[in-house]
Amino acid sequence: MAIWLTADSKIIVQGMTGAEGTKHTRRMLASGAKVVGGVNARKAGTVHEGLPVFGTVAEAISSTGADVSVVFVPPAFTKDAVKEAIDAEIPLCVVITEGVPIHDTTEFWAYAVAKGNKTRIIGPNCPGIASPGASNAGIIPADITTPGRIGLVSKSGTLTYQLMYELRDFGFSTAVGIGGDPVIGTTHIDALQAFQDDPGTDAIVMIGEIGGDAEERAAAYIEQHVTKPVVAYVAGFTAPEGKTMGHAGAIVSGSAGTAQAKKEALEKVGVRVGKTPSETARLMREVMQSR
Amino acid sequence: MGGIAGRDDGAWPRHQKGRTLVDLFEHQAKELFAEYGIPVPRGIVAHTAEEARAAAEQLTGKVVVKAQVKTGGRGKAGGVKVADDAADAHQKATQILGMDIKGHTVHKVLIEEASQIAEEYYFSFLLDRANRTFLAICSASGGMDIEEVAHTAPEKVAKVPVSPLDGIDRATARQIAEAGGLPPQALDGAAELIEKLWAVFVDEDASLVEVNPMILSADGQVKALDGKVTLDENANFRQTEHSAYVDKAAEDPLEAKAKEKHLNYVKLDGSVGIIGNGAGLVMSTLDVVAYAGEGFAGQPKPANFLDIGGGASAEVMANGLEIILSDPSVKSVFVNVFGGITACDAVANGIVSAFELLAGRGEAVTRPLVVRLDGNNAALGRQILADAALPGVELVDTMDDAAQRAAELAAVGA
Repeated sequence: MAIWLTADSKIIVQGMTGAEGTKHTRRMLASGAKVVGGVNARKAGTVHEGLPVFGTVAEAISSTGADVSVVFVPPAFTKDAVKEAIDAEIPLCVVITEGVPIHDTTEFWAYAVAKGNKTRIIGPNCPGIASPGASNAGIIPADITTPGRIGLVSKSGTLTYQLMYELRDFGFSTAVGIGGDPVIGTTHIDALQAFQDDPGTDAIVMIGEIGGDAEERAAAYIEQHVTKPVVAYVAGFTAPEGKTMGHAGAIVSGSAGTAQAKKEALEKVGVRVGKTPSETARLMREVMQSR
Repeated sequence: MGGIAGRDDGAWPRHQKGRTLVDLFEHQAKELFAEYGIPVPRGIVAHTAEEARAAAEQLTGKVVVKAQVKTGGRGKAGGVKVADDAADAHQKATQILGMDIKGHTVHKVLIEEASQIAEEYYFSFLLDRANRTFLAICSASGGMDIEEVAHTAPEKVAKVPVSPLDGIDRATARQIAEAGGLPPQALDGAAELIEKLWAVFVDEDASLVEVNPMILSADGQVKALDGKVTLDENANFRQTEHSAYVDKAAEDPLEAKAKEKHLNYVKLDGSVGIIGNGAGLVMSTLDVVAYAGEGFAGQPKPANFLDIGGGASAEVMANGLEIILSDPSVKSVFVNVFGGITACDAVANGIVSAFELLAGRGEAVTRPLVVRLDGNNAALGRQILADAALPGVELVDTMDDAAQRAAELAAVGA
């Protein structure tokens, strides 16, 4: 079992004909994911990597029954690409693109909300989502782990890979890279909720980073709603303090955003927090072995 | 002062994950405000006390000498002084120029006409990460103690969500000013200023626009007496003039060199050079090295943050290593790569070519390198390094052990 992405998921790639889109379409296909087409208005009607190219997301959906879109278009066009996916009401839109302006992400998120949140957005600036052995939407390497019963949600790409690799003998139901941008679609909390509800997931690894207060809010959520064991890692303990300008941030969140503050918030609700990625893997190992 | 808007908007490093937030100096923020028709006091930037005197003469009358530093707390640190005349401005500028405010050296001051302040308010637009929307914050209790007010009397600080789809017009601007408790005589002026600040916030791709204090002057005008603006460099593809705001003088020379090569590098003050792929893994590597360093003499710490990014080529690796080795405080280097998209054989080839490149320049690598490769083509990468048998290069299997070894070598080399 898995969350959000299964062996039946049919994936289209927005920006499939570009260099990144081409490379990762190949990788997704090689991993066994059901990629069924791509979208590029200027190349509609052509065939790329053996797959049909459609003019719009809506056309791609009606022709292929796609229910997942992966976005590789450049930052300047990402907002319009995501809004198009929202208009087409595709259930899942995974935005890999790095470097999307904050105003654009905030706008397409507001647009998704205004349209009734029919499209789950993951990212931007994320590695995507992988359900090992079932499907893979994004750039997470398929071969570093195995299918299993650990769920993972992470702000960081390479730390996701590191943990998937270290725990490859146990394997994963789904790994979700939510991205580290200030505004993201799917949050730690969304993933925690889905893993809690997923009968195929026994325990959850959560990876955070300094900045914002998403981990603190996730801790509050875990206390109220998550009964499955959660092991966490937070990167950035020794990072020098960020520059401080103005008062606005402090007035809003009241959180320091430091790794220490996040660790304390998580430990307070019973989450075990590893000091290093490897220690985090060891903690999860203990959890899985004690089951 | 000392809020955390900057941190909240992106955390350290400011350019983590390819995102750079650029803070403007007060005078730059005010020049931007003026372009949008926002009333600001007349002011002139001075780099020397002599320039400060000339500026004060030009402005005439009483002036304020304000340190230009990209940090809060300058008022409390003595970086803002009132001068009665040009001679006094010269003297006050002499005191302020060269001052250190929270690690920022004052290289320039803003000489500004003194304002007759009747009341001080607070206003800002910013990104509300938690709610994934924009927020307007407004209070009639502006000035240096606004954070204290927000803490002890939150009802005096209005926080109004602003949808990017709806934006702000004069009427909503006026509602926000009313919600902040501004008095009737300030509402028209404040509404106009707020509407124009929204234009700055959106049209300039800012993640923060803060005016503290926003004042009601004795003659009934609402003005921006200070300005803090943070811009989003990710928008530079449509904000072509923003590249002019990069503060080259304040940039570390190594950071500037790294930037030219499109490397995400931040100079730190330790002795273990760090190269990794992915911001999260590199941040984590800094932590692991710092913990490992606690066990050795001199407690070696990371010398830098360097993220070679996803899918890095041999050339990128060589450039990164070159930057790190040009830092004389580096005693050992830890290359920590988990190959996802990045292929470990490319990383290994990059290390080999960096050694060749540096040897060709007569700068043979004399400092030890600890390398940990896992993931994509790891076996091939390890084989390439084993075959090359480069002097001082050690392969270690795990991240924790490699950090331990790199810290040990830095302690020995110190």
